[in-house]
Amino acid sequence: MDAEINARRAADSKEFDIEFRLLIDAIYHMYHYDFRGYASASLRRRVKAAMGRFECVTLSKLQDRVVHEPEVFAGLLDYLTVQVSEMFRDPAYFRELRRQVVPLLRTYPSLKVWVAGCSAGEEAYSMAILLREEGLLPKTLIYATDINPRTLSNAEAGIYDIDRIAGFTMNHRSSGANSSLSDYYTAAYGKAVFDKSLKSHIVFSDHSLATDSVFAEVQLVSCRNVLIYFNRELQDRALGLFHESLCRQGFLGIGAKETLRFSSQADRFDFFVRQERIYQKRNEP
Amino acid sequence: MSLRGDTEAVVIGASAGGVQALSVLLPALPANAAAAVLIVLHLPRDRPSLLADVFARKCLLDVREAQDKEPVVPGTVYFAPSNYHLLVDQGPRLALSVDELVHHSRPSIDVLFESAAEVYRHRLLGIILTGANEDGAQGLAAIHDSGGVTVVQEPETAQSPQMVMSALKLRPADHVLSLDGIAAMLTTLHTTRAVTRRS
Repeated sequence: MDAEINARRAADSKEFDIEFRLLIDAIYHMYHYDFRGYASASLRRRVKAAMGRFECVTLSKLQDRVVHEPEVFAGLLDYLTVQVSEMFRDPAYFRELRRQVVPLLRTYPSLKVWVAGCSAGEEAYSMAILLREEGLLPKTLIYATDINPRTLSNAEAGIYDIDRIAGFTMNHRSSGANSSLSDYYTAAYGKAVFDKSLKSHIVFSDHSLATDSVFAEVQLVSCRNVLIYFNRELQDRALGLFHESLCRQGFLGIGAKETLRFSSQADRFDFFVRQERIYQKRNEP
Repeated sequence: MSLRGDTEAVVIGASAGGVQALSVLLPALPANAAAAVLIVLHLPRDRPSLLADVFARKCLLDVREAQDKEPVVPGTVYFAPSNYHLLVDQGPRLALSVDELVHHSRPSIDVLFESAAEVYRHRLLGIILTGANEDGAQGLAAIHDSGGVTVVQEPETAQSPQMVMSALKLRPADHVLSLDGIAAMLTTLHTTRAVTRRS
């Protein structure tokens, strides 16, 4: 009896697998967003949440809506892409950038930094503030890229709920800051609006680590908690882009719990600050 | 009470009172256990978790903090890192995410249990222990619904009973046991048989 029930449940799961793959393929063919290389556990969870939101009892029904109603796709894209971040998340990462990477960045006449997968912009503004504090911002251009146009326009606006600012401020302080976070925003109507003088050094643009190629030579790539959403093949592709984009001996920062260990690109980078997952591009003959 | 021989993984969720509860359970895991053990214990999100270090000394098995994309090794205990959800992906491999909080928690027990249920199906044992919120109830229901075995700590013996009560309200558990009862069950985990890996 158990065997029979288990067989039926396995079939349910197989149907879901097939419908899931079809949905991801449909999105790719219809809208050219490529989620085929995303880690499936998180993505499946997000898709299931979207089924509830769009009142679809099966994935095939959701696919029907996604294909025929572009506004449903725009809504689904929010479910599939929005990552939750905060300013100066993992303050020790920014502290070590300051202590160990910034002195080397100072030696370049001009700087380019790529914040890949910038989501709502928290990481890009954190980077701009850090570079401002270190006197490097005037000669720096930060590329902040993401695939969701709605998220990018939020990032560009640089407006955050005021109740998030206390946490941001605490992180900022522990990052070795020599100024106050309140120097960089204006508070009004329950929101904090970040400064134009930061934004003028950030270019927000649409870029996919899954389908696009390298667009600039940079000294530092910061891509934290993005690779965890990719499968190994897509991780390898993204790391290949970072490698190609980085100047000789350029730096790569990834998330505190991410690792290059399982990637085919691992031996193209050396640990620079192991504890904070800051790598340096290895010299290749 | 002894376990089926095909248990490939054990998932455990706990919150308030969880450290003490795990101090009873984890030392009971047999050396060379064929199953992997994955644990979400709610902790403050703003500091690193020391759980792996704390329990390594009390355990016969390898105890580690989970890393993204790491293949799940049988006979290893994995703790979710603080401020990340822990999931099981096909392989089976571990996956982390920084998705929104679930039941005000990251890591969330539901997230681990639901993803593990999809990968391990009926070869999964799910255990809900003491805690003062509702995280884990949905996850344990998912394990039940995909044919896995579910265990809930007896509410009277839980330091905070809310989590186990919520789980029992959603689905009846296969076993409702004291910590000692669950520990005795874990000692019967298979140790010799090689685990058949699915592709």
